[in-house]
Amino acid sequence: MKKIAERVKVVKVEEVAKGFGKTIRIGELEIALFRLNNDHFHAIENRCPHRGGVLVEGIVSGQHVFCPMHDWKIDITTGKVQEPDRGCVRTFEVEVIGEDVYILFL
Amino acid sequence: MNKKRLVLIGNGMAGVKTVEEILKISKERFEIAIIGEEPYPNYNRILLSKVLQGDTTVEDITLNDWSWYAQNDIQLFTSEKAIHIETVEKNVITNNGTTIPYDELIIATGSKPFILPIPGNDKEGVTTFRDIRDTVEMVNASKKYHRAAVIGGGLLGLEAARGLLNLGMDVTVVHLGNNLMDRQLDATAASLLKADLEGQGMRFLLEKNTTAITGGKRVERLKFSDGEEIDCDLVVMAAGIKPNIELAQQAGLTTNRGIIVNDYLQTSIPHIYAVGECAEHNGIAYGLVAPLFEQSKVLAQAICELDVTPYQGSIVSTQLKVSGVEVFSAGEFIEGGEKKALRIFDEQDALYKKLVFNGKKIVGAVLFGDSREGTRLFSMIKKQADISDTVKVSLLQPIGGEAEESVVATMDAEEIICGCNGVSKGSIVQAIHEQGCISVDGIKACTSASRSCGGCKSMISELLEITLGESFKPEFQKETLCGCTSLSRDEVIEEIRNKKLMHTREVMNVLGWTTLEGCSKCRPSLNYYLGMIHPVEYEDENESRFVNERLHANIQKDGSFGVVPRMYGGVTNSDQLRKIADVADKYKAKLLKVTGGQRIDIFGIEKEDLPKVWEELDMPSGYAYGKTLRTVKTCVGETFCRFGTQDSMSLGIALEKRLERIGSPHKFKMAVSACPRNCAESGIKDFGVVGVEGGFEMYVGGNGGTHLRSADLLGKVKTAEEVIEYASAYFQYYRETGIYLERTSKWVERMGLENIKVVMEDPKQRQELNERLNIAATVLEDPWKKIIGSEKLKNELFEKVTVEQ
Ligand SMILES: Cc1cc2nc3c(=O)[nH]c(=O)nc-3n(C[C@H](O)[C@H](O)[C@H](O)COP(=O)(O)OP(=O)(O)OC[C@H]3O[C@@H](n4cnc5c(N)ncnc54)[C@H](O)[C@@H]3O)c2cc1C
Ligand code: SF4
Ligand code: FES
Repeated sequence: MKKIAERVKVVKVEEVAKGFGKTIRIGELEIALFRLNNDHFHAIENRCPHRGGVLVEGIVSGQHVFCPMHDWKIDITTGKVQEPDRGCVRTFEVEVIGEDVYILFL
Repeated sequence: MNKKRLVLIGNGMAGVKTVEEILKISKERFEIAIIGEEPYPNYNRILLSKVLQGDTTVEDITLNDWSWYAQNDIQLFTSEKAIHIETVEKNVITNNGTTIPYDELIIATGSKPFILPIPGNDKEGVTTFRDIRDTVEMVNASKKYHRAAVIGGGLLGLEAARGLLNLGMDVTVVHLGNNLMDRQLDATAASLLKADLEGQGMRFLLEKNTTAITGGKRVERLKFSDGEEIDCDLVVMAAGIKPNIELAQQAGLTTNRGIIVNDYLQTSIPHIYAVGECAEHNGIAYGLVAPLFEQSKVLAQAICELDVTPYQGSIVSTQLKVSGVEVFSAGEFIEGGEKKALRIFDEQDALYKKLVFNGKKIVGAVLFGDSREGTRLFSMIKKQADISDTVKVSLLQPIGGEAEESVVATMDAEEIICGCNGVSKGSIVQAIHEQGCISVDGIKACTSASRSCGGCKSMISELLEITLGESFKPEFQKETLCGCTSLSRDEVIEEIRNKKLMHTREVMNVLGWTTLEGCSKCRPSLNYYLGMIHPVEYEDENESRFVNERLHANIQKDGSFGVVPRMYGGVTNSDQLRKIADVADKYKAKLLKVTGGQRIDIFGIEKEDLPKVWEELDMPSGYAYGKTLRTVKTCVGETFCRFGTQDSMSLGIALEKRLERIGSPHKFKMAVSACPRNCAESGIKDFGVVGVEGGFEMYVGGNGGTHLRSADLLGKVKTAEEVIEYASAYFQYYRETGIYLERTSKWVERMGLENIKVVMEDPKQRQELNERLNIAATVLEDPWKKIIGSEKLKNELFEKVTVEQ
């Protein structure tokens, strides 16, 4: 059985400032949607694998975000925690169509 | 090819390290299962001492988190104990009845604390110090009970005792011998150590043999062989460890003190290996991590059938992890017979160094008071380096003198440089070549070396020098601003001034940052330095600020925020209190708390509500989150107090209005008391004022926080206007010369109080500093007002999006 991807419209492009994240709540799920300085959008789960820090409030540098709690460095595009720490966060596909930003659930 | 099944018993430091080494060699070779009795993933046992001492938390000492096991397809059985090994059928049976088949089996069950076989040793309140559970038990006990006795004056006992002191307990260390740490120290060092620890508040009972623990259900008293007794309600047994070999014995492996292994860590039964504290090699069962790392490497290679240099035993060194005490010991540290000692003993400064030689070879060392040379000496000892007479003398010189030949150069790639994290010379060299590390900080970020105790920094720096050769730049080794650059803070500031750099990205570009957009260390500091240098032109970069400063509120554990409006000088009125009460009700504040800085913190406000709360309060931001002036605490002073000599409240309010909102390297706290009774605690503030008959005394560099420091007298002036002038000049001087995140308590020590006084006492410099501060003050507006007035900011920073499903 093939599962159809679900596409959820979350915000307008202009509602997220470059180099910042925005908290998106979908049901139980809290997602951190980032707009990088290169204007790409990426979404990851809004919980640091270390001790649950809210990643959306971290400092964004390039494609990484630094957790505001204990400074773990996480790649926003892959969800991978950077050396020397280890772990990963869930990532979500993001699509930008016109002025709208969508998150995809596969 | 079918993978072989590798099973590890013991999810601890040695076992998991071995698995890591195996995975480094090949991820395909084995299907791996790990059985661990503790309910946690592998953690750094060494750091339990630091957990107990409050320097870190249980959550922060994990070495391999759950996801590591998953990512490497390791089957993990936690809270499960291996109770039986079927050596013929090749199965491990657990207490849950699980049968786990193996092709190769590694036993890494560590040690068990030695429990004195005396009556009462099973009472409530008697614990050991080995794992997370013990640590938590001690922390909990400290909340209810007050008198602790630690049995055993060795490394572990003393670290436990220090931890219990930090937890507010009364601590007595009971020791059988007459020298503390007798396995590592000679009598001189031991007595210095004792004096030092007594100074920290520890009590000692030496040459005391504990014979019984008495009390009701819980321990109440310790009894000794000489008839003496002491009262206590917590007993920590730290009288030694013994290898945990129960399982191995029962399986029929040859054991002595530990499980006997050969140079390839093989036990007496084929396909079974032992590693770590449970193993005995050449008559020695080690109790430290460095040997385990060496063993793990050999075992991994052996088990993967690679050519391997047999394990030859380890020489060990120890360092006591008690802050404020530096003790180091390595190798054969007691002289006698062929072994001759060279020592210096500075009784005045309590510095002691002893080196032990066998002929020209250095075989052991003890350092007290300054252990920075420890790692270097240790490496010489491991090499049994030949020492010429000139070098011999220079070894005893204080740090800074050049050592003749580099020890690091002669080390093998496998040799461990960072003992705490098991990082070898080879991995560091690799990081230099492949990841472009050029500084100690860079190495730390890439490999974790020097991350725990930092004792290996000097060796890493040397290794950088050797490896980089020509391209080694000594200036890279200084403290750089962060891992993204080879420039120090001072150099960056100079470049910003000279090249008139105006933007963080411009700084990174022009000064050749190795990252495109910096990191969480350089971004906030550059943002500060740029603002300090170009107060008018620079546009503050919100995206380079930490969350609290970006959202102008204090983020709490649960993700809600605390809001603290300004109350100048700690003075308020009924109108403000009414507004605070209304806001607290309307936005369902979870707590109202009077802060240490004499104002009110409204806790439990949701992020989305912050702008509304500010608007309704209609008070200025108290900057309780900021690296800037926090509060000016005042006493009630002459207005009401019968002792008051000055109007402390008015002066406090004037100071607060003068300095508020202007950014500084770190937070800045002030106080004004109107007489030497000092009700506003001016003696522990960054800048404190004490009114005296006919004038004011000004105190600087005080700190009432983590690094308690009483303030130094900066000087005395006659009028309140002069106080404001001095305080402003002082604040501006700190702004200009402070390192980002350096409190004034550290800054004063770095700069030297006398040097600061010279600047402050020069009327011309004071005036110039005041003028520069005036400029910085002109451009600042209240951040809450600014956000309230901007729909864009409100939307971008504070709104969350909730999507209906
Ligand atoms: C507080 C403290 C401070 C220390 N400080 C230092 C220091 O500064 N420097 C230093 O070098 N060393 C220090 N050590 C020693 C160091 O922690 C040990 O040498 C090291 O952890 C030993 O590793 P190991 O793997 O052999 O044993 P462990 O790390 O103890 O691992 C053994 C594991 O096996 C589990 N286990 C045992 N039996 C079974 C079974 N039958 N089934 C399943 N699981 C089982 C245990 O629960 C345990 O988790 C310190 C130790 C402590 C407790
Ligand atoms: S510091 Fe002196 S003047 Fe101020 S309240 Fe205390 S006793 Fe009164
Ligand atoms: S919670 Fe993210 S680094 Fe600790």
